Amino acid sequence: MSTVTLAGTTTLTRLALRRDRLMIPLWALVTGGLVASGAGSLEGLYGTAGERAEAAASMTANSSMRALYGPVFDDSLGGLVAWRFGTFATVLAAVASLIVVVRHTREEEETGRQEMLSAGAVGRRAPLTAALLAALVFNSAVALVVTAGLAGQGAAGALALGLAIGGTGMVFATTAALAAQLTESARLAKGLTGAAVGLAFVLRAAGDSGTAGDASQDGVLGGGSSVLTWLSPIGWAENVRAFAGERWWVLLLTAAAVLLQTAAAYALTGRRDVGAGFLATRPGPAEGGLATAGALAWRLQRGTLLGWSLGFLLGGLVFGGMAEGAADIVGDNEQARQVFERMGGQSALTDAFLATMVSLFGMVAALFAVGSVLRPHGEETSGRAEPLLANALGRIRWAAGHLLIAFGGSALILALSGTGLALSYGHDAGPVLGASLAQLPAVWALAGLAVLLWGTVPKAATAAWGAAGLCLALGWIGPALDLPQAALNLSPFGHLPKLPGPETTWTPVLALTALAAALVAAGLAGLRRRDMVS
Amino acid sequence: MTKAISIAGLHKSFGRTHALDGLDLAVDTGEVHGFLGPNGAGKSTTIRVLLGLLRADSGGVSLLGRDPWQDAVELHRRIAYVPGDVTLWRNLSGGEVIDLYGRLRGGLDRAKRAELIERFELDPTKKGRTYSKGNRQKVALVAAFASDVDLYVLDEPTSGLDPLMEEVFQSCVQEARDRGRTVLLSSHILSEVETFCDRVSIVRKGRTVESGSLTELRHLTRTSVTAELAAAPNGLAHLPGVHDLDVQGLRVRLQVDTDKLDAVLRALTASGVRSLTSTPPTLEELFLRHYEDEHLANGVAAS
Repeated sequence: MSTVTLAGTTTLTRLALRRDRLMIPLWALVTGGLVASGAGSLEGLYGTAGERAEAAASMTANSSMRALYGPVFDDSLGGLVAWRFGTFATVLAAVASLIVVVRHTREEEETGRQEMLSAGAVGRRAPLTAALLAALVFNSAVALVVTAGLAGQGAAGALALGLAIGGTGMVFATTAALAAQLTESARLAKGLTGAAVGLAFVLRAAGDSGTAGDASQDGVLGGGSSVLTWLSPIGWAENVRAFAGERWWVLLLTAAAVLLQTAAAYALTGRRDVGAGFLATRPGPAEGGLATAGALAWRLQRGTLLGWSLGFLLGGLVFGGMAEGAADIVGDNEQARQVFERMGGQSALTDAFLATMVSLFGMVAALFAVGSVLRPHGEETSGRAEPLLANALGRIRWAAGHLLIAFGGSALILALSGTGLALSYGHDAGPVLGASLAQLPAVWALAGLAVLLWGTVPKAATAAWGAAGLCLALGWIGPALDLPQAALNLSPFGHLPKLPGPETTWTPVLALTALAAALVAAGLAGLRRRDMVS
Repeated sequence: MTKAISIAGLHKSFGRTHALDGLDLAVDTGEVHGFLGPNGAGKSTTIRVLLGLLRADSGGVSLLGRDPWQDAVELHRRIAYVPGDVTLWRNLSGGEVIDLYGRLRGGLDRAKRAELIERFELDPTKKGRTYSKGNRQKVALVAAFASDVDLYVLDEPTSGLDPLMEEVFQSCVQEARDRGRTVLLSSHILSEVETFCDRVSIVRKGRTVESGSLTELRHLTRTSVTAELAAAPNGLAHLPGVHDLDVQGLRVRLQVDTDKLDAVLRALTASGVRSLTSTPPTLEELFLRHYEDEHLANGVAAS
């Protein structure tokens, strides 16, 4: 590779870091800080070595725990931190990495900004290199915060965990780089990479949950991981086994994946036109059948909804198959049992497993709903809404099409994940599907919040992502942190009844639905009154 | 004659920026009205208020006799809008977008649509992302002129069009005027304005500084005069309305306010005229004067 193709990389990297000067440090601090502070919070929960050993044993025995967090490889404080926060932090790093890379590659080309940059003394491979360097800065920062924060628990383990999380972030950064070469649309590039992250998580969860916990196996707690886990980059991260006799060679897999994907992306970027992808554009119809704003909204969102539907159905099928083994063994540690119950379990562990999965689907569905609600916000800021609204089309009717897809679509994908769970679990189809749909009011409440923000303070509309992310964090890692109930109650998901289970309380379900309706109404009232953003 | 648009004392602020500061605008039904001003003068903000996309802070706005904010949807059935920077959906073809806009407005004329696509040489099967800037403008222009509406609101509609297409656009405006339709045309292309604008309004810093027919506006500007005289000129410098006087021997060059031309000619003939060239003000000069005044004013304010 001649250096000419890299001309301008330094300047472009500085531009990328300047544009992300808030996002990269904040996201790195949150991701790294979460892990680093984990030691303190877990120490409060399991003070003595005996407590930790018991907790580790019973968590390992529980299949929903293994699915969510992976096996416990070591019952030291560091080992528990790696187990509890490793996967979550890895997913966070992966998502941030994919956003950073697509933002500085395909999005720049799609908006036409790259054209002006490339007209300068900028090499063909410089934009991609700059984007990957920006992602490297982010992932290095995460690794640094994790390593420094956990050094007290053992320097080698801290370093291994930091490298595992940051390295996996780079794997998905390079996946995004590859996707950005293939498609012409930044949205699709993010969608494809996001699907890859989701698939990696599901593979790891399925692999880990499938291996029954056996403390004697392999000389460590938690047994090994199955083949499925080894197919997933997120599975590699946990198999570095930070604080549990680090297996440094696993990082070679991560490095190889990064190098391979980088090479492929470089090869593609060297032989394509600026702005073009590898999937050719076909001509469209000379006359169109779109007659209403609703039809346009459907046309714009149907691809995304199809992707989410498939993902949720497949996810449901995979996790439903694991439910049977969930009740294998229960340790008799009282504290561990308390944690299970806070995680969403009633007495029966199968129910607890299903409830955990159903709630996970719910929290992820909120991401779909927020993205879908904010679609017209994107139409507005890109200037496409203005000529549309210059026609005989009221703002409410324009928004209604998108909101119908957001609210109806979240119902659809939850119904599909519920169907998937019920089908492959094979019993209790009704309760499982019902439990899945019972997540809807919380999803709708978050979607309603997005409508409110967009309708009244459009500048702050994207804060809805932050709210959905916070709820996901509270639901995923909150229960084990012994957070005060007030904090857990911030998330609408914290108010839902644990289903399937013996007790169904309708009050929170109805209250959240009413809240969602009120938020939507207030948001639409704001939309009617405010200036359109241009 | 009824007013298609009447705006009086319109104010609009965005935070601390006063985009519109008491703007007035009156457009008669059936006229083509040029809407001019330097970049950032408030033209597009005014148009967005007229379209009900922005809410006026204060001032009276009436569009086709109704309130553009309250009655936006009803009014928009009678309006076609072309923005200066058209953004399309990347995966929708031009033809689909034209039909969507047409249906949302309440129907378009199929024959007219086909004719316009022909005249503008637009390929309606291409997807939004593959159109050039000029072709994206054409999509919006075809969508607008395929509907027979009462008012066309055109915000720098020809940016990116080639000269041939510019001509097609001009004939479309002409046809609209022949049908008695009203056109509000914001433009920087002065030949375009000169060709078919019945009246123009010039805005600056959110205010209307000049409004009237081109003849009326010309009257306010300067004529440049070059003359060769038989004897040395006398007393020219003291005449009212004379600017940039340059005397070199028997050769005289000067600028004079057009309404003060008479006295200057008298003074010149008194010295005996050998040759005389008098150039009427061009539209460029007219606008440059208005635009430059702003820079001068800024310069004074700054110093």
